[in-house]
Amino acid sequence: MAHTISRRDFLRLSGASCAAALAPSILAGCARPKVDENVIKVGVMGPYSGEVAQYGLAVRSGVELFVKQLNAAGGINGKRIELDIQDEKGDATEAVNVYYKMMEDGVVAIIGDVTSTPSIAVAQASLRDNMPLVSGSATAPDLIKYGHNTFRTCITDPFQGRVMADFAAKQGYKVVGTIYNSGGDYEVGVNDAFVRRAQEKGIQISRQEGYAAGDVDFKAQLTSIIATKPDAILSPNYYQDDGKIVTQARELGFKGAFLGADGWANIVGGEQEYASAADLEGCFYDSSFVSANDAANVQDFIRAFNDEFHEQPTNFCALGYDAAMIMFDAIRRVEEGGARPSETEAYRAGIIDAIATGHVEGVTGAISFEGTGDPVKSTLIITFENGVEKIFDTISS
Amino acid sequence: MANEKSTNVAGARPEGATATRARRTLSTPARYVINTILVVAFLVIGDLMVSGGAISRYQGFVLQQVGIYIIMAVSLNIATGYLGQLPLGHAGFMSIGGYSCAIFIIRVSEAIGVTSQDFINGTPVCGLLFVVGVVFGGLCAALSGLVIGIPALRLKGDYLAIITLGFAEIIRVVMLNIDTVVGFELTGGAKGLIGIPPYTSFLNVFAVVAISLFLIHTMMKSRHGRAILAIRDNEIAAEATGVNTTYYKTFAFVVSAFFAGVAGALYAGCIGVMAPARFGFMKSIEILVMVVLGGMGSMLGSVVSATVLTILPEALRAFADYRMIAYAVVLILTMIFRPQGLMGRYDFSLGNVIEHLMNGELPWARKKADKEADANA
Repeated sequence: MAHTISRRDFLRLSGASCAAALAPSILAGCARPKVDENVIKVGVMGPYSGEVAQYGLAVRSGVELFVKQLNAAGGINGKRIELDIQDEKGDATEAVNVYYKMMEDGVVAIIGDVTSTPSIAVAQASLRDNMPLVSGSATAPDLIKYGHNTFRTCITDPFQGRVMADFAAKQGYKVVGTIYNSGGDYEVGVNDAFVRRAQEKGIQISRQEGYAAGDVDFKAQLTSIIATKPDAILSPNYYQDDGKIVTQARELGFKGAFLGADGWANIVGGEQEYASAADLEGCFYDSSFVSANDAANVQDFIRAFNDEFHEQPTNFCALGYDAAMIMFDAIRRVEEGGARPSETEAYRAGIIDAIATGHVEGVTGAISFEGTGDPVKSTLIITFENGVEKIFDTISS
Repeated sequence: MANEKSTNVAGARPEGATATRARRTLSTPARYVINTILVVAFLVIGDLMVSGGAISRYQGFVLQQVGIYIIMAVSLNIATGYLGQLPLGHAGFMSIGGYSCAIFIIRVSEAIGVTSQDFINGTPVCGLLFVVGVVFGGLCAALSGLVIGIPALRLKGDYLAIITLGFAEIIRVVMLNIDTVVGFELTGGAKGLIGIPPYTSFLNVFAVVAISLFLIHTMMKSRHGRAILAIRDNEIAAEATGVNTTYYKTFAFVVSAFFAGVAGALYAGCIGVMAPARFGFMKSIEILVMVVLGGMGSMLGSVVSATVLTILPEALRAFADYRMIAYAVVLILTMIFRPQGLMGRYDFSLGNVIEHLMNGELPWARKKADKEADANA
């Protein structure tokens, strides 16, 4: 009996060993970061696990690609770029935790966040610190209203809604129905802006149907929309849902056009087919990035991305790449102006001013800021031909 | 802080030192004075450390969440640990408290022209708004607790779990859709309620924690608390001895909802945004895990496990991808080796500890005495 370990002793032992294992890491976490003059430390936050991880991972790969290229080209002012990448799981609480953690780690600026609600939480928290924030993909309009330190490189939900409404008017649609995920801020935002602008333009909105996240059968809503004989249906949702909506509407005999927003990106060209080529004929969506764009910088980006990650870049990868481009262009100008990262406050203020006056030729279009955190950039209307995306029209800012 | 064997410890000892003279005790007012001094000292030292920079803003922010989850766990403990029911809708009450307090503070501060900068500076008006807002949040949650509790508490066990789960989902869906249905700006719908002024700080969060713990503690020591415990131990016997079980079950449920609302109100100010999606089923489970891990019926257990489970994911952040695995392993190990929870039903009473010290009853002294007794036998 003397040599058997009792349950109590086992518990004590395991507790002690856990504590022993944890102690160094906690101590390491408490240690003050050393400021290295030859490194520029920039935070990158986003959801890398959880429900919206796919967007976070896509944005992160775009940022990583840009920084890799930048470091390979000698960094900025001879200094290497170091990324402090932190997962916030798509949760506002975690995002603010990450923000304070990055503050403590001494980052000079943050690229992020990815989804809207956590981004707004971070924007509110950052107000007191003058921390430069560039989000690649947070589309909620309120993001930039808290302080002059917050910028984004994507177009907003209402802007997309208005673009598509203008497009619908231009196409001569008279009656339009809408179907959207009523639990998603993105879908609701695009839908509301579309409806408002479309009614101003004299388009009759015959029916607005909502559905809940996770629904797979949209036939009830589609039947009632189709019964109003619309020229087009707006489906401003993410591509998984859009694919099912398009397929089911075609099954119900709907021949008209579908309008979408940039959530449609990825509906073709991925590993999975979300809707058949025939069904997608006559569908339009707006996006700022498409691999069918034959501009030289876009094709260079696609090639570099393919070499690095062995897959096609998505809209989010491109937005992350552009967010990094805006950010490091600003940092480069601040560095050239002779600012030193050790004087963090002034350095951050300099970055904010530099972003506000910046202008870059991004892969999602030329981006500049005219007094607000919203970019002034062009938008592409994309359609499908034999199941391949094609640029239908370019709408300049 | 709780009832404990104070005399039987001495009684178990062999004849000697303490048994011969009268046991020294602490009067109840003296206990309260000691505890009050310690709590005030804790708050003052903590606040000085936050303002002095000894606690970084990151650590301070995590500590605020610790405080919020302490209130959440202790309030759920009233319904699970003390009342012995299994409600699964605690996150629903949290969201009601959070939304109502945040909307109240946003609207009132707009009306009287208080800016969020005033909240950072902490003007007296903001202090008043904070107190009224938090109580308002708690009352709204308590009201919904009453509405839900009256029909739900006719059921027991699994059925109660499912009906409370259903109500929490209803609350979440109402928060999501009330704007479009009613047609005005209230909760912000799917995009969430944003722009909530930062009305929490280390000091006011932990002041609320201390007050909440005190109120719950004294309630459980009162006639009402005893009635609640009697229902947990045997509902039929309690009813036979004249406890109005329906009343007390609803009462405990409403109190539990009230404090969940208070915690939600703090949460709203701490994070600055409220999104309905954050208050789903998983949030309720997260809080239930805290209570079960700490030990159902132990306030100390709830406090310790809420603290550990809030800090653990942040402390493990360096391990990034592995931190959720570590979190799960901790939970599994605890449930295997301590199925009754970390603390079981044990509660800590500083007064009792001091009494033991005053009487020279030290843990190791007792061990020695036991050994001697064994040797003699």
